[in-house]
Amino acid sequence: MNAITEPGQYLTFRLGAELFAINVSQVREVLDLSHVTKVPTAPAYMRGVVNVRGNAIPVVDLRQKFGLPPVADTVNTRIVVLELMLGSELCVLGGLADSVHEVIELEPSQINPPPTLAMRWRSEFIQGMGKRGDQFIILLDINAVFSSDDVLLVQDSAAAAKPAAA
Amino acid sequence: MNTPDPAETFLVEADDLLNQVEDTLLEVENRPDDVEAIHRLFRAFHTIKGSGAMFGFSAVSGFSHHVETVLDHVRGGRVTVTPPLIALVLAARDHIKALLAFRGAADPLHEAKSHDLENQLRVFLPDSSASTVAKNSAPAPQMSARSCGASETHYRIRFQPGPGIAATGLDPATLLTELRSLGSLSVSVDTQAVPVLSVLDPERCYVAWDLELSTAQELNRIRDVFIFVEDESVITIQPVAPQSAPDAAPVQAKTVDAPVVAGSARPSEMHAHGANTGIVRVSSEKLDRLVNLVGELVINQSRLAQVSAKIDSADLVGPVEALERLVAEMRDSVLGIRMTPIGSTFGRFKRLVHDLSHELHKKVDLVTEGGETELDKTVLDQLGDPLVHLIRNSVDHGIETPDARREAGKSATGTVRLSASHQGSHVVIEIADDGRGIDVQAVRQKAIEKKLIEPNTTLSEKDTFDLIFLPGFSTAKEVTSVSGRGVGMDVVKRQLEALRGSIEISSAGGRGTTIRLTLPLTLAIIEGLLVEVNSDQFVVPLSAVLENVEIASERDGRICAQNTVAVRGELVPYICLRDLFEIPGGRPRLEKVVIVAHNGQRVGLSVDRVIGKHQTVIQSLGRFYRDIEVASGATIMGDGRVALILDVAGLLRAQTAAIELERPTLNSSPLTHAAA
Repeated sequence: MNAITEPGQYLTFRLGAELFAINVSQVREVLDLSHVTKVPTAPAYMRGVVNVRGNAIPVVDLRQKFGLPPVADTVNTRIVVLELMLGSELCVLGGLADSVHEVIELEPSQINPPPTLAMRWRSEFIQGMGKRGDQFIILLDINAVFSSDDVLLVQDSAAAAKPAAA
Repeated sequence: MNTPDPAETFLVEADDLLNQVEDTLLEVENRPDDVEAIHRLFRAFHTIKGSGAMFGFSAVSGFSHHVETVLDHVRGGRVTVTPPLIALVLAARDHIKALLAFRGAADPLHEAKSHDLENQLRVFLPDSSASTVAKNSAPAPQMSARSCGASETHYRIRFQPGPGIAATGLDPATLLTELRSLGSLSVSVDTQAVPVLSVLDPERCYVAWDLELSTAQELNRIRDVFIFVEDESVITIQPVAPQSAPDAAPVQAKTVDAPVVAGSARPSEMHAHGANTGIVRVSSEKLDRLVNLVGELVINQSRLAQVSAKIDSADLVGPVEALERLVAEMRDSVLGIRMTPIGSTFGRFKRLVHDLSHELHKKVDLVTEGGETELDKTVLDQLGDPLVHLIRNSVDHGIETPDARREAGKSATGTVRLSASHQGSHVVIEIADDGRGIDVQAVRQKAIEKKLIEPNTTLSEKDTFDLIFLPGFSTAKEVTSVSGRGVGMDVVKRQLEALRGSIEISSAGGRGTTIRLTLPLTLAIIEGLLVEVNSDQFVVPLSAVLENVEIASERDGRICAQNTVAVRGELVPYICLRDLFEIPGGRPRLEKVVIVAHNGQRVGLSVDRVIGKHQTVIQSLGRFYRDIEVASGATIMGDGRVALILDVAGLLRAQTAAIELERPTLNSSPLTHAAA
């Protein structure tokens, strides 16, 4: 994983109690939750497809993808439309977040490498740990998250299910 | 958009020419006396040589020269067309293609190959002792320049370049040099037209040349020198006081008919040159973009129609309806642009059959029909591989050796018939051979051997043929270089299903096999039937729909597998979409069942409501849903929601899987059968 050397802007969002951030260069837009068409026989974390400006975009429930317990959608639930490079292919994908907060700027000095021990989250999906006030922010490597097919982000449940295959 | 690289344009043009060469060669093989075809061949190589040199592909140009020389002799009637010559020119064509693919980079392997082919080509040149003419027109041009035999003709040539010739980047001096290589040349310059300095435009060409050429070469050879300038220049070539030349007579005869040959007066050759056919090349990306835009236009138009229906204003209805007609027409035209006649790929198959029949020592004719049938380019592009595979199979497994055919009382030459035709919104392609047919028992044995079926299973003939499409099935007893490399018919079937097409086999023992491919006309927009379960909408491709029936749902409590509905005396199994998709809500008292055709059988899909026909712009579900079988794509509805396009084959597989999960012992349900 590349160490972060330049200051960057990050979009922060919340899943449960944790605050996550994704580099804004990979965020196309943030949308209110509209009607998501369920795709039958797809895994539960794939919520369905939604119309984004005339294109059918898949929607992933980030909570379930990351192995967190599902909750009902609220008025704060948002779709973060992401642009991913998977292999050489540009994919557009909507991620469901409990709530979306703000765009923040982080200096490299404010970002620590992910701790390798005693981490609840699997380190290969994490670019670093940012800090803002006394709140830790998990900077996600969103390409890595979606390159691995259905590996859960939470370390212990993933280890129990199968050996890590990232 | 940036201007295209001229070298790139040359490559595209050369590729076209080479394809044309291939077609023409195969034509010549059947009709060796087709003079027009030989001329086309010669011109194609000549153009490749000329343009190749212009864009720095010197290896291509140098090599093409040798081919051109041989063809020149063929054209002059001094060399006759024989199968080995055609094979060699075909090989030469492939070699030029390879050289072009290398973009003219020097490579010792290619050079050796060029050399080898050049030597082989030389064998075909007329023996130097047989005629003095041959000596004079031997491959190296400087040699012919030196020789001044008695067989030379004297030409008076006037070459007056068009005033704008310099703008085309052509240096007239190179033409004079080329003429000089044909024989002895005297040049005088006509400067009469040069104006006084004050009005002289330095970029205009005012000079003309009067040339006298003594050469053993034919008139055509001289004309070819001017091939690139003939459109804008005035060129007259007149033979004068011919010396007693034995082979000058035919040339003479020709020139009597048309004593003055002006460059601009040869429309047929201009066409052969492809200069003025009114065709515009457009990159397929631009077209795809256009198709996407039209797709969005269709979506928005249907939204507008919905809103207009709600407002119900007389003023609005007119324009909205007019717009609807325009959009429909525009959609058809734009999709029409992408339609390509399937015949454009036939040349490749002729070559394939030609090569295969030589390799396998069989005699096979490929007959093509319906080459004008049009198909969406994206479909056509993806159809190549399956067709190659199927034609290979026909030649390798279907057609027998000439001896075996004679024994069976058939003509020694087998026939593979490749035909295409429109049937409604589908294109049907048939590959039929008159070979030995498929041995039903052999297929059965093989399937039992491979444990694909139980030894005691009874199967109809059609079901037996369908076994061929199962993964891991291949009837070839030995692996040849032609087929049987483990890429089986299951791959072909999958490729066709990816195109939303289908394949079926029929065969009569001893009389041949017919493979029938059914494909949609386009992948972009289909007619669909919109149905609803609870509040979820789905599109069923209308081409598969046979009819709709209604059932009362007091059958609750039965499991899905035994759901059947009586349609005119026949029991048709049906899938309950609500159960299969785990959609909440109870089934309505009256359910609709959409009856669809799949693999020649009828299957029902039970839904809450049938809404009606719907123009469906297909969008892919993308890589995150690539494993989803039940839906082949998605479409945006007028209200902005997304509806899924159902895939009947996938639904049946999903249903079968669901049943087997519930009751592992149950494997004889009507649906399992239909899904196989």
